[in-house]
Order: sequence, then C-alpha cells, then structure tokens
Amino acid sequence: MTLDRINWGHMPGEENITQTILPNGIKILCKSDYLSPSVVISGYVQGGSMLDPLDKLGLALFTSYALMRGTKNQSSRQLYHKLESCGASFGFGASVQSTSFGGKSLVEDFPLIIETLANCLLQPTFPGDQVHRLQMQILAGLQLREQDTIEMASLRFDELLFPYHPYGLPEDGYIDTIRQITSRDLRDFHQSYYGPQGMVIVVVGAITANTAFDLISKKLGSWHNPSWQATPEIPDIPKVKKATSVFIPLAEKYQDDIIMGFHGPTRTSSDYLAASLGNNILGQFGMMGRIGQAVREKSGLAYYASTSLNAMAGGGSWEIAAGVNPANFNAAIAIVKNELERFISEPVAEEELRDAKSSYIGSIPLSVESNSAVASAIVRMERFGLGLNYLHQFPLMVEKITPEDILVTAKSYIDLEKLIIVGCGPTPDSARVL
Amino acid sequence: MSNIFLMETLENGLTIFLREINAAPIISHWVWYRVGSRDEVPGLNGLSHWVEHMQFKGTQRWPGPLMERSIARVGGQWNAFTHLDWTTFYETLPANQLEIAMTIEADRMRNSIYEANEVEFERTVILSEKDGKDNDPFVRLNTAVIEAAFQQHPYKNDIIGREEDLRRIQANDLYAHYQNFYQTSNALIAIAGDFDIQTVLSKLKTLYQSLPREETFRTNIIPETEIEKSKEIIMRGPGDMSFLQVVYRAPAASDPDFFAYTILDSLLSGPSSLNMFGGGGISNRTSRLYQKLVEKEFAVAVSGGLQATIDPYVYDMSITLQPSQSPEIALQKLDQEIERLLSKKVEGKSIERAIKQAAALFSYGLENITNQAFWMGYSEMFADYSWFTEYIERLQNVHPRHVMDVAQKYLHPERRIIGIYLPEISHGSEL
Repeated sequence: MTLDRINWGHMPGEENITQTILPNGIKILCKSDYLSPSVVISGYVQGGSMLDPLDKLGLALFTSYALMRGTKNQSSRQLYHKLESCGASFGFGASVQSTSFGGKSLVEDFPLIIETLANCLLQPTFPGDQVHRLQMQILAGLQLREQDTIEMASLRFDELLFPYHPYGLPEDGYIDTIRQITSRDLRDFHQSYYGPQGMVIVVVGAITANTAFDLISKKLGSWHNPSWQATPEIPDIPKVKKATSVFIPLAEKYQDDIIMGFHGPTRTSSDYLAASLGNNILGQFGMMGRIGQAVREKSGLAYYASTSLNAMAGGGSWEIAAGVNPANFNAAIAIVKNELERFISEPVAEEELRDAKSSYIGSIPLSVESNSAVASAIVRMERFGLGLNYLHQFPLMVEKITPEDILVTAKSYIDLEKLIIVGCGPTPDSARVL
Repeated sequence: MSNIFLMETLENGLTIFLREINAAPIISHWVWYRVGSRDEVPGLNGLSHWVEHMQFKGTQRWPGPLMERSIARVGGQWNAFTHLDWTTFYETLPANQLEIAMTIEADRMRNSIYEANEVEFERTVILSEKDGKDNDPFVRLNTAVIEAAFQQHPYKNDIIGREEDLRRIQANDLYAHYQNFYQTSNALIAIAGDFDIQTVLSKLKTLYQSLPREETFRTNIIPETEIEKSKEIIMRGPGDMSFLQVVYRAPAASDPDFFAYTILDSLLSGPSSLNMFGGGGISNRTSRLYQKLVEKEFAVAVSGGLQATIDPYVYDMSITLQPSQSPEIALQKLDQEIERLLSKKVEGKSIERAIKQAAALFSYGLENITNQAFWMGYSEMFADYSWFTEYIERLQNVHPRHVMDVAQKYLHPERRIIGIYLPEISHGSEL
C-alpha cells in the first residue's frame, strides 16, 4: 500500500499508446490492456451539428443515428442481430463539430465491430421506412425533453448564453426542425461531410496494436470521399451584455431545477486549469464544494447544488445547477450569488487549493479505471491536442496554479451583472421577481 | 497479474471478502448492511434511506466534513445506496489510501452522531430528492404499480419513503434503526484492488475484533409468491407521450427459476446488465418485444428487467408508445409475444445467444475494480458469492423447457399489474 507499489505503467501515455496514420488520413491509437477479454473502440469523424441548416437543426445527429439503419450489405436487423448475438455494442452520435462512435466487444468479436464501423460509414443506405421510424423515436425523445425540468432549463440556458451560435443550438434539434428532415437530407449530409480526413480511432483492450491497425486498415484504408467538405471554424461567440432571468413553468412537477452561469474558457485556454481547479473549490470538492456546502449541507435547501465547467474547442460555459423545492427557489439563488461574489472578491484559501490539487492528482488513476475511460481520455487528448503524455504531466501543471491565478481567472469569467438564470418546474411565487 | 481471494468471518459475525487485483493502482472498499426498505414498519417508511444519509454526518473522531475532505483530497470517490434488501457504502481510492476508507467505515459502523438539527436539514434534502424523482411521471407511475403488486410485503413501499412518513420521522427513530442494524453480525466488508491481502486482513481485525456480537431485531416477513389479483392503474398528466408498464411476479434471486427467467427476459426485452459500475449494455433491437412493438411502430422504446432480491419481487416491462398508438393495442401485441413463450418452446440457439450476451456483459464488468468489489458484497445480500461466480454456469444449465415452465408459472394474465400514463394537457409556455 505504498506509492512505490503503485503500477503507474497502467496510465495511458506515450510509452504505452501506439499510433499510426493511414495514407487517407485516418489516425489510429491503440493501448493494449488484458485485465478483461474485451476491447473498446471510440473515435470521431469531422462534421457535427454546426453544419445543420437552421430549419433542419438536428440533422447531424439524425444522420449519425441513421447510419446503423441499413447498409448496402445488410439490413438494420441483420446488423444488430450480428452485434447483439455476440454481446457486442456499437453506436454513433454527434456533437457540435464531430460525429462520434463507440463500441465494445469480446476480443474474438472485435473484427465485427470494425466491419460494422466501416459498413455504416462507407455504405449507409438510409432506407425510408427505417428513417421514418427513427424520426418518430427522435420526436418522442424531444417530446419527453419538453417535460424534463433539467433538460428544459439547460436548453434555454444554452440559447441565452450562446445566442445565434452553434453552441446555443441543440444537437438533437427541435420538434419542428426534425419534422423537416428527409432521407435525402441524411444522404446529402453524409455525402458532403463524412470522410477519412481528420478521423480518429482509439482502441483499448485485449488486443495488440498491430492486429488493430491491420483490421482497421483493411476495412477503412481505401476510404476516400471526393465530395468531402471541411467543417468550418467555430464562429466567435457573442458577448453577454446583461443579466437575464427566465422561468419556464411546467405543470405537475414537484421540484424546480435551476441552471445559472456565464461563459467559460475553451479547453485549450491557458487559464483552463486555473478555472477547473477554481470550479472544483466552488462547486465540486467533496459534497459539491462551497456551493454544495452552503445550499445543501448548511441550509438543507436542495438535494443537489454544484458547478461545472463545460470547456469546448471554441468556447465554454461555467454553470451552477441546483434542484430545489419551489418554496426555496429564491433563497437558493441568493446563497449561490453570495458564494459567487465571495469567489471573485478574495483568493481561495491556500488550504482549499491544496485540497483541490491533491484531489485532482489523486483522482488520475481512478479516472482511467476501465477500458472505456482510457479510450475517452485518449480521444480527449487527441481532440484537443493535449499530447499523449498529458496525464503524466498533469500533476506538475496542477501544482503550478496559485490562488491568484484562480482569482484572476474567476474575475475574467464570473460577472454577476451578466449572470444568466433559468429555472424550470412548478412556478414559485418568487419567480416573477427573479 | 495476481488475483488472490479470501473470505473470512470474525467471531462477532463480521464477514470479510478480499480480492487482490494488482492491475491498476486502485482499491474499492465496500461495507454492506442487511437492511433496506424491507425492514421498515408502516408509518416509518424511508427510514433506511434516511439513515444512509445520516451516516455522512460523522462521528466524534470523523466529523462529516473531515470524512468528506479526507476522501476528496486524495481524489477518491465515495457514495452510498439504499435498496429493498440492503444498504451499502463504498469508497474507491488510490491504492495507497485504503486506510482512510477502513478507519472511516469501522468508526461509523457504531459511532455516528445523530444531532436533531442535522436530522432537520436532511429532512428537507430528502424531501427535495423525492420531489426531483417525482418530477418524472414514469417514476410516479412505477411507484403506484409496484405498490399494487404486493398486499402486505414491504417491497410495496418506495425506498425513499412516503411524504407523510418523511415529515413524521424523528431523530430517535433514525438512531434506533441505525443502532439495530449497523452491527458487525449484520455487515459484510468487501475490498478489491491493489493491496496485500494479509496486511489488510490483519488491519480489519484490529479495527473490528473488539466490537461485540449483538443480535439484530427484525420482523418476520412473509414472501408473496403471487400477485393476488390483476389490476390496472391509469394515471393522467401533462406531456404528449403515453407509457405502458406491465409487471409480473418474479422469483427470489436464489430460486433456480431466476436463471430461466433471466433467459426469458433476454429473449423478450433484451439482455440486461446487473453490473452496477461500468461494463455498459447491449442494445435490444433484435429482442422479440422490440421487433413486435418498435419495428412495427406501436412504440418508440421497450425495456424489461429483473432485480436480484431476497424475496420474490417483480419482472418489469416498460413501453414508451408512439404518440398515435393506444396502450390497449400495445398491450395486445405484448400479450401475443407472451402467448408465444407460453405455447412454443424457444430454440436452443436462442438460449445460447442469451448466454453469450450474459457472458459478454460479465466480462465487461471485470475491467472495473469498483465493480468487482461491488459484486462480492452484492451477491451475498440476496444469495451468496457463488451466485455471482457460478452465474454463467447456471445460465448454461437452462433448457428450453425451463424457459417455458417459467413463462407458464409467472406470466399469467390474471396475475399482473398494468400501469398506463396518458397525456392530459400540453406543456406550459414560457413566461
């Protein structure tokens, strides 16, 4: 139980991640790990919801889901029959700038995962009946979203924080925009934006790098798309000019969910780590940091109250979320505002920062406990250009952050004059005077 | 990679499971207590879950904030869960920090402080937790359906508790519940990860050996092997979506029927994972209900599942309907699939497929140390550890005849509860 017995070699890094780039631009990274006889795959191709036309928001995500609804070689049912028969899983999704994929299988079935990935990316057919069924499922999801207090608060918050910007528009679209989408739109989106350029594939598990590279190269090495269009840069984010408060009433709910916040740093900003450590102190450490302590532990006002930093490539948000009884709505917001005021008025205590740093460094091994977590960490390092030794260098970078760094960073993002507050749920009397 | 296992019971009844896994620099420490919502008397429903919350308030030696800070500052994760039959507390930590978990758990097994003002704070927190759950209409429907599935058995109660009980419970009720059930003889410690098994065993003995063996008082609970009478519950509320929930009685986890039922569930609604931490799931697109209901556009989603419990619980099927479809039609289609199971033996290859899926899910769970520690204790709460280690083998012993027998025994149309949620009004608009 001493540090010298700890197996740091388990940690993903340059020493144990093998990588290659295929002639068509696909980058493959592999980390072998034999604790379980399974293999995980994760990765992305360029192109996401920022390419959605405004009247067809949700198109990128819809297209990604539809990839598995039939290919030239097999129907959706045949495809799923093969995967499910061997206990494998595989799926696609989309975010603002990319279309992602992920899956898992026992090692002997891994060729099937690669075959599925290749068939779906290269030869989807978007059959009408399947697309219609999928459309119904997406619409059902959106109808459920309209009754979900957290989702509705979050959706409105993003719209207010990033007006007329891809970060402020929902990847899954709106009911009206999903209804506009046809099979033809899906085919066109696939034809225009899917290609090997900028594609990243990460493989982790009971497999050698050479085996993984060979399998992928055979199935995807000859992929070319002459019609491919590169995804444009993320546009500049409009500044928030004033504080805004909105309440969305939903009938027959018992709890109000509140999202409040500001713009935050990008993942590659030089002040990201200072913001992240500050965020830990503000609303995560232990049972949700200072805000959790003040709202939940000291006042008993909520089941949860915490903060999060959502750092993306071209921008980010710094959010506070809480679930409160309608009677406590204003009291909870007042406590959060007090904590925010304190956070930007004085540096965090040395002891608080020591705890947060220690927590960050100590949590590294836990953050890569499973193959899926290792794969996600490698994808993140690759997507943001952090370098494959990021986790090894992380402790040193964390140690350098000072209370002053956090204060300066906090002041540059947190401004109560520009605070956006969205509540959703049963209308509290106080909501009208937010 | 070493993987050494040890099981020992101390004289005071404390059971210890240790599994040494040196693959990653992590340990996961779990304490399990044989107490859950099944151990609550009418009027005090929600007691077990509330006690679980109070266990984070601290002891003389480990005040709540110190416990929290000690775990957090080493980058650890900790939490607790209350279920029907059990309550559990876990810490997953860097391997060299195991002692923090061991000393905290040993201390709070007997020495927690239940101050009146802390109880009041927690009352609001728990009511808020309940409100958050109740925001989801399907949760409210599920609560009503489960309540109807039992006559007297405490499984009928929602684990979080009834609102009136949560307003009634006092500090002395909570403390008495804690004192009764948080005993060495009613507890199990399971630790997995990168440690030396003998060193840890010796440390655990030092921490717990001096605690006396005391009896736990519990009321006698009579299992309910059948749903007495079919019932339909209709709930109306806002939104555009309808849900259908159908529950049948399911056997206890230790009942041999449970394994054939697991295969039946896999065929009907898709493979379910019992892993609590990690492992992921498998889609259910080729399951019979998905094909019948979703592919034919009666529903947009289906799911089903069993829970491993001490006494017979329920087998639950949930269906999210297409907005244009009626619950009656979906139920009719579901019944056709049930009838197929009742009248036609499933093919051997379908069973082989379900076993392969279960084996895959089982393997996925092995990559996660927290999950491995979880299983040692979890399986002991409703059966024993061999239930877990022999799980795949027991599935392999299931024959087509068993699946049909189980279908005929449990999936009786007169012995089920049907829950229906119907939309009433459209959602509100922004102020």
